[in-house]
Amino acid sequence: MTTISSASAAFTGNDPENRLFGPVPDVTGQSGYDGDHPARVGFFTDTSVCIGCKACEVACKEWNTLPMDDANGVRDVIGLSGMSYDNTGQLGANSWRHVAFIEQARTVDLPMPTFGRPGDDRHDGGPSVPEGENDESLARAQQSSVLNAEALSEFDPQTGQTGTDKQIRWLMSSDVCKHCTHAGCLDVCPTGALFRTEFGTVVVQGDICNGCGYCVPSCPYGVIDQRKDDGRVFKCTMCYDRLTDGLQPACATACPTQSIQFGNLDELQARADARLATLKSQGVETARLYGRDEDDGVGGAGAFFLLLDEPEVYGLPPDPVVTTRDLPSMWRAAAAGAAMIAGVVISSFVGRRP
Amino acid sequence: MTEGLTAPGAGWRRADGPAAEARGKRRRKGGRRGGGGEVAMVDDATFTSYYGRPIIKPPVWKSPDVPLYLFLGGMAGSSSILAAVADVTGRPTLTRVGRYTAGGGALASVVFLIHDLGRPERFLHMLRVFKPTSPLSVGSYILAPFSGAAAATAAVELLGWFPRLKRLGGVGSALFGGPLATYTGVLLANTAVPSWHAAHDQLPYVFGGSAMAAGGGVTMLFTPVAEAAPSRRTAVAGAAIELAVMHRVEHDHGIVSEPYLEGRPGTLLRAAKACTAAGAALTVVAGRRRAGAVVAGLLLAAGSLLTRFGVFEAGLVSARDPKYTVVPQRERLAAREAAALDGHAPTITR
Repeated sequence: MTTISSASAAFTGNDPENRLFGPVPDVTGQSGYDGDHPARVGFFTDTSVCIGCKACEVACKEWNTLPMDDANGVRDVIGLSGMSYDNTGQLGANSWRHVAFIEQARTVDLPMPTFGRPGDDRHDGGPSVPEGENDESLARAQQSSVLNAEALSEFDPQTGQTGTDKQIRWLMSSDVCKHCTHAGCLDVCPTGALFRTEFGTVVVQGDICNGCGYCVPSCPYGVIDQRKDDGRVFKCTMCYDRLTDGLQPACATACPTQSIQFGNLDELQARADARLATLKSQGVETARLYGRDEDDGVGGAGAFFLLLDEPEVYGLPPDPVVTTRDLPSMWRAAAAGAAMIAGVVISSFVGRRP
Repeated sequence: MTEGLTAPGAGWRRADGPAAEARGKRRRKGGRRGGGGEVAMVDDATFTSYYGRPIIKPPVWKSPDVPLYLFLGGMAGSSSILAAVADVTGRPTLTRVGRYTAGGGALASVVFLIHDLGRPERFLHMLRVFKPTSPLSVGSYILAPFSGAAAATAAVELLGWFPRLKRLGGVGSALFGGPLATYTGVLLANTAVPSWHAAHDQLPYVFGGSAMAAGGGVTMLFTPVAEAAPSRRTAVAGAAIELAVMHRVEHDHGIVSEPYLEGRPGTLLRAAKACTAAGAALTVVAGRRRAGAVVAGLLLAAGSLLTRFGVFEAGLVSARDPKYTVVPQRERLAAREAAALDGHAPTITR
């Protein structure tokens, strides 16, 4: 009747090492699915082509019939965040996709005589073109894609020069549940309401969840949250219902720029590596992948990102670690503490009776 | 940090960056209260965030439900052990008082735990599965037998039935009493909440010490002084452990220790320390007089209760401010890079 439920790869009997941490080659298999389970799927969100249209947010709300809420997660309220074009504010029980919006500025070198270092007065149109760029690579860059750095710098406010000594760019990024290899929410769920699907994703079963709320502070990304009026927790399911019918998740289907790409995780990882290399070769030095490395603190994310700035700029943690990594040490402390209590109480009876 | 133009980051700042940064700094300095040098250093930490919004979600656990659960569970756990040993060594009043305290505390803590659920009618779902990775699952399997045995023992004690079965129930609850008192430390620490998680090897001892102070204190209140010597010793030892380990929680963890010292949680924890220290001192000095035992017992229980509230609220504070999530993670990254330490790879691939 009572069983040891799937919690990362650990304690399922399928992983002899009981891994709470580190890379897991076949997380689906180690959660108890047999050999012919589907490949692990995921999202690759390429924020360098995100236009902030929020079609993903709308498609997600429509498909999953999520209630309306404001930027602070207050239900049935229309509210403006007052901070930017982002009025969704955060991921939560009613927002499973969240498009972050950041306006950034930087000062650039003007083509004027200066008394500074050599190279300060270069006329090469700013820093998005790195030193050592030659005609050949520029030509290659222009041919390769309309979404290359050269094209961006010509007619895109993200990198285009405004004519003054200041450049403005907009960062937009559609955030989502990371469907971690070692998912904190899944590890700590006491009822088994959270489970790993045959696709390697992490989903809440609404008919099991009793609203204990333990998953909420255990997510290192702050994804899952409780619906106050309902009591239970909700988060992205990667459209589990659509996946079982062979469809793509609603957000990836709606995305007009292929910023959100859905597919088998290993294919997406290869695609992301290629995209990063392309951007680097085009001089977009700020590009980086986030959550791609399977040796990271959560064993790699099922939904990972290409970012153009540090993760915390987008509201993402720079070095997330699944909390259960330290659980063995905590259990040892608790056991030693319990023994300490027994020892102290028993020895308090030793001695002469007054 | 100043970056070269071709470096990652490339000089980009949020459009209203400097002003926002200055605002944040003033606020942090204003919020500081009489700390030492290390706190001042922490103030200078610079970090970036998404419009100052928290990165992790603060716990949705309700106050006072959860702090009260922590307190009552700890008090009941240590009282049950006191009662079991008192029974074996022939101290009838201490046995009775310990059993009532354990039974009452167990029942009340279960009520608070269930009341905190978003769907209280589904509390039995806690026993659907057993998951060693979930402290709440393990805790349910500690709390369920403990509260059953402790409440039954207290009930037959009240009714005066089945003396031998009573002893069995008392021993049964005592076996689960220690784990019940310390697992709650794991319950809080096994989250992404920075100030709780950083203290993950200390919170079980803090709560264990606090449980002994509360259990010893409360049984002292209702037991004649001649029979209450074990309660006094347990309470004083527990208070000493609580104060010593709590000191480490408050000073060993750099920036994430800050919430334990500042603001409302800081006030609660200072009050807790005053109550616990005064209660322990009074127990030593005047614990053998009835009035002294009553006042000391109340002070010790109050100290334990305030510790639970203080630790709980410090966690909430650290979850709400992105500073406590970003700065330690950045330091961790920098330390691993600088020293080429063992550990996981960065989540950023450049």
